[in-house]
Amino acid sequence: MPVPRMYKTEGIILRQRRLGEADRILCVYTPTFGKMDVKARGVRKTTSRMSGHLQPLTRCMLQLAQGHVSDVVAGCETLESFQPLRDDLDRLSRALYAAELIDRFVPERTHSFPTYRLLVETLRRLAEAEELDQTLRFFEMRLLDQCGFRPELEVCAGCGMRLEAVDNFFAPISGGAVCRACGGGGMGARTLSLNALKVLRLLQHGSYNDAMRVRTEGTLGREVENHLRSFIVCVLERDVNAAAFIERLRREGAQHAVEA
Amino acid sequence: MNESTPATAAPLARLIDELYKLPGIGPKSAQRLAYYLLRMPVAEARALASAIVEMKERVTFCSICQNVTEVDPCRICVDGDRDRTIICVVEEPLDILAIERTQSYRGMHHVLHGAISPIDGIGPEDLKVSELLQRLRSGEVQEIILATNPNLEGEATAMYLTRLLRPLGVRITRLARGLPVGGDLEYADDVTLARALEGRQEIES
Ligand SMILES: [Zn+2]
Ligand SMILES: [Zn+2]
Repeated sequence: MPVPRMYKTEGIILRQRRLGEADRILCVYTPTFGKMDVKARGVRKTTSRMSGHLQPLTRCMLQLAQGHVSDVVAGCETLESFQPLRDDLDRLSRALYAAELIDRFVPERTHSFPTYRLLVETLRRLAEAEELDQTLRFFEMRLLDQCGFRPELEVCAGCGMRLEAVDNFFAPISGGAVCRACGGGGMGARTLSLNALKVLRLLQHGSYNDAMRVRTEGTLGREVENHLRSFIVCVLERDVNAAAFIERLRREGAQHAVEA
Repeated sequence: MNESTPATAAPLARLIDELYKLPGIGPKSAQRLAYYLLRMPVAEARALASAIVEMKERVTFCSICQNVTEVDPCRICVDGDRDRTIICVVEEPLDILAIERTQSYRGMHHVLHGAISPIDGIGPEDLKVSELLQRLRSGEVQEIILATNPNLEGEATAMYLTRLLRPLGVRITRLARGLPVGGDLEYADDVTLARALEGRQEIES
């Protein structure tokens, strides 16, 4: 079915870049058309009435006019601004991380309603939740699942044997957890504690509320984060940019706590 | 890029590649500009090329405020009539021009040369943040005005700097809202900007 010359769609602004004098190209994630670039004219001028509605991490209703390279924003209206994300650097950095993962994982113009809903729910959670990092882990695991990169956590991803209730290994390149025999030989395998395996399984099978019930502060939380991150980096074949900023905030936060 | 076919002469292809690296220039514009330059009289082309080279050789960054300048420190930084207890922090040199145009600010400036954009991998280490901290060492500075753009990256930068500077006990203010969200400071009209400067507010802890 051909897209009409003027159409409306809901979407979340993932990122933006400058174009020419005062325009921007926005990368928008929509439930019906998937991820796409649209052009917003004049939005860098302080007189623009649209720019406030088109900030990254805004859920908005867009009126788009078909263009020959990319479609052009003809009108827009904010549906949800997730304001707490904009008032708190810890929340904002995590939300940007989620937006970056969506941008890297989902292909252009391929719609996926569950993944859109996952992003909306995650932004709402990051705007409210106490446990920001565990919220992000839940998002990562669901996203991997929805994009067809579900990590193997039940049997050894190397030999298929049932994993014993001991410390095993996690090997992204093999596709998940591996037994001691398979993980001992390297290939980027790192020790996977039994507790971390349990948390990863809970993230994979449990509901959001289940996942939030476990205490994952300190080393266990960091272990789970590192395993999931290494898996994501292995799938994407590149680093996640926003991770470095989250890491920096953590480091400097700890430093301030010591100095105070 | 280099999608230029063997039909394009090598020096022309090289120019297209160079132009394509410029901000706001796509492959089509790069091609259009290159062909325009090709038809340009040699004297004009030389004038353009030497203007670029001379600018690169003679214009540097002020070692104090990081603004672009021909002399280091820049004219504003050595001006004895300016208020040294207050620093206005902006993203780009053009923002200083916008603020100076209002003629309602007599303090000092500091250019970050960008804004924090985690998704694009631009963090505080890519901005002139440590240089700003350095300026606060003497204890002369009493107020920092955060005049980053009123958009997501600008706000993130302001929040980050607030976190970093608060423990130093300096007064931190932010340009008043009223500047529309999402706009670039350099496009603000003078009246709006002057008003925003007057109405700057303390950042609450
Ligand atoms: Zn095995
Ligand atoms: Zn200077």
